[in-house]
Amino acid sequence: MAHASLTDAVNDLVRDGHVVALEGFTHLIPHAAGHEVIRQGRRDLTLVRMTPDIVYDQLIGMGCARKLVFSWGGNPGVGSLHRLRDAVENGWPQPLELEEHSHAGMAAAYAAGAANLPFGVLRGYRGGDLRAHTRVASVTCPFTGEELAAVPAHRPDVGIVHAQRADRRGNVQLWGILGVQKEVVLASRRSIVTVEEIVDELTPVPGAIVLPSWTVDAVCVAPRGAHPSYAHGYYDRDNDFYVAWDAISRDRDAFRSWMDENVLSAVPA
Amino acid sequence: MSAYTADEMMAVEAARRIDDGTVCFVGIGLPSLAANLARRTHAPDCVLVYESGTIGSKPNELPLSIGDGELADTADAVVAVPEMFAYWLQGGRIDVGFLGAAQIDRHGNLNSTVIGDYDHPAVRLPGGGGAPEIALGVEDVFVMLRQSPRTFVDDLDFTTSSGERVRVVVTDLGVLEPRDGELTLTQLHPGVEPSRAREATGWELRVAPDVRESAAPNTAELAALRSLKTKGEA
Repeated sequence: MAHASLTDAVNDLVRDGHVVALEGFTHLIPHAAGHEVIRQGRRDLTLVRMTPDIVYDQLIGMGCARKLVFSWGGNPGVGSLHRLRDAVENGWPQPLELEEHSHAGMAAAYAAGAANLPFGVLRGYRGGDLRAHTRVASVTCPFTGEELAAVPAHRPDVGIVHAQRADRRGNVQLWGILGVQKEVVLASRRSIVTVEEIVDELTPVPGAIVLPSWTVDAVCVAPRGAHPSYAHGYYDRDNDFYVAWDAISRDRDAFRSWMDENVLSAVPA
Repeated sequence: MSAYTADEMMAVEAARRIDDGTVCFVGIGLPSLAANLARRTHAPDCVLVYESGTIGSKPNELPLSIGDGELADTADAVVAVPEMFAYWLQGGRIDVGFLGAAQIDRHGNLNSTVIGDYDHPAVRLPGGGGAPEIALGVEDVFVMLRQSPRTFVDDLDFTTSSGERVRVVVTDLGVLEPRDGELTLTQLHPGVEPSRAREATGWELRVAPDVRESAAPNTAELAALRSLKTKGEA
């Protein structure tokens, strides 16, 4: 790994057409990195995420994405993602292909990717219509004969997450709600981690996980880089912004001018 | 004017059905309100599990999202999401799962995926999230849903999750439970006539011969409910 500026890391690692996973299960969502991808004008991305929320709404609304692989696409506690809906329902600004899974399926696919296995296995995708509309197959347990669901492993070209901090050697430490942060970094071919700060030493924190420096390609300092999501121990989730996003994103022009003002003309971290 | 709202009646009625010690998989909104109310009244040892990986959360304020920091701070354990779904839900360690949806049919099947055709939807909804595996991974599914003909439909546009383990549906008008394989009205909230429940249902609603009236929320329940504020509210 190397310490890098976020601008350089995105420029070096994220290519048009890549499969990119910016993860975070409501916590530690890499908003600053997503904004940098938008500023650099990446196109035709396949975006992967269990819970695409505001930053994915922004990437989709700005025309960066060709396809979305996901399990729940909404504004938590508020309602719909209007840019996602506009892309799916009206093809604006361009059509968006969907590959839809369940949370359990997405989690199994990341874990399989991290383990360098071709697929994840679970007792899932039963009793509903999703199975007929997604990439999932049956596999028979060789020991018991039980029919189980197989989901193809996630192996993104680039995995991007936010974390609380890293040390000078680039070891990354994160804690609180863990989501699939470790799995996406290990499953991805290359990875970028944005952090609140660089410290001399990673003192132990209850429940924390560490991503050793050699598992991460670029560590970038991006203070408040998760906002409006949060970084446990640093700042709280900006619930007011999640509520406000509903009105900003509902209208195409309001959305574009908000993005112009707050992302395109903003100074990179 | 009644002394409580329809949402309060729903939360109280659902909370009453959570036994002490029950392990509950909780979503945001009404289910979170109901489960926290149970924890603060008759079921202090019920265990709240949120799909973000927090086990045994005891929030003082109701979270806006399932990943609010409060849920981790007050939890007995915080686990990664793959572990939550594999070891805890699929592992058979959760008793009750709460689900909501945009549509429900008479068998308790739920739709939270699309209105209209899947490939060309009139409305693209957020999707199932954890629902498909919760619906068949817990012992008992509790559904909380406001009743209207748009929601209680004859035919789902899409089946997101199975109704096989749905044991109770708490609405703003009453309670439905499966009887002989079909959701049947078994309770009406105070002041609600059976005709109103029928009109709010998109299929020919069966009313149980022994349909009874829900007990109105009592003072203690309402006090506990109102002390639970959603984060961000004044």
